[in-house]
Amino acid sequence: MSTTKHARIGEEVWKSRVDKVNAELVTLTYGSIVQQLCKDLEGDYTEVNKQLDKMGYNIGLRLIEDFLAKTNMGRCNGFRDTAESIAKIGFKIFLNITPTVTNWSADNKSFSLVFEENPLADFVELPDDGRAQNELWYSNILCGVLRGALEMVQMQVEAHFASDVLRGNDSTEMRVELIRIIDDELPPGDE
Amino acid sequence: PLARRLSSPHPSSSSSSQPLPATTEDASDDALFLRLEALGYKVGQGLVERFSRDRPRMVETLDVIKFVCKDLWMICWRKQVDNLKTNHRGVYVLTDNSFRPLSKMSTEPGGNGVLRAQPYLWFPCGVLRGALANMGIEATVHAECTELPGAVFKIETAQKAPLV
Repeated sequence: MSTTKHARIGEEVWKSRVDKVNAELVTLTYGSIVQQLCKDLEGDYTEVNKQLDKMGYNIGLRLIEDFLAKTNMGRCNGFRDTAESIAKIGFKIFLNITPTVTNWSADNKSFSLVFEENPLADFVELPDDGRAQNELWYSNILCGVLRGALEMVQMQVEAHFASDVLRGNDSTEMRVELIRIIDDELPPGDE
Repeated sequence: PLARRLSSPHPSSSSSSQPLPATTEDASDDALFLRLEALGYKVGQGLVERFSRDRPRMVETLDVIKFVCKDLWMICWRKQVDNLKTNHRGVYVLTDNSFRPLSKMSTEPGGNGVLRAQPYLWFPCGVLRGALANMGIEATVHAECTELPGAVFKIETAQKAPLV
């Protein structure tokens, strides 16, 4: 599938088949969750990252179903096609953003998503404790969502943020790597 | 429910990682309520800060309540409250006949839908309380679902509520 076709599908599904919700409500709700996690885990940001990823994973496991139902997509034609679908359709219909797919590795197994906008991080400032800037990946829930969603379609991936404008980096970049295609077996930890 | 799984305390912070026995169900429900309510509270505060900024100051409690029923409800749940009742002594009852978070829940007979929908009202309770607090009204907010997908929110403002 050509990339413009992805964009067209994303646009169309977002317009016609998606229930919208106020962006500030999402931003504030997510912010409130992260803030609470930081408090509960007493500023152990590594653990906060882990919890956010886990929450995202649980969302992803379910979200893929909604994605497939809304888009009526068939099987992707290779990992490059998957990447385009994630960026131009997945992110478009659920967050109304389209991150850029870039920095492919030579073996076509890993790529970067560069976020020009990120609704989760609007009006956000990281805690000014000298550590959060180096340790907290504020939007880490997104990594979990991708991991969970892709696992349900037989792709085991590893996803992590490589940079974040909230930390003072120039861009917000997530790295996604295909570990393996899961052969006909039940996903571990499936509830 | 999903809400519980996503909000359950992290295993490392509590010593018992095994499933809680049935007798502590109420206690864990309370903890869950407080947690979700507190998350909502912050969201309510933020929303009001942002969306009441360019409006004239609301003097009367009723003006604030109307703002909640119309504007805030619209922002959060894309419709307005269907019915507002008050006893004129600080108690306001807001009825939404089709509350959006509950709109797609199963109403299968015997599925205990009404009971299972309850936790999904706790976060909105917090949103309301947080919103009211930032507009200068201390209140307690309770919500009940009697028939899906409707929800009834009871706001008791602190200043005028009669002692029972």
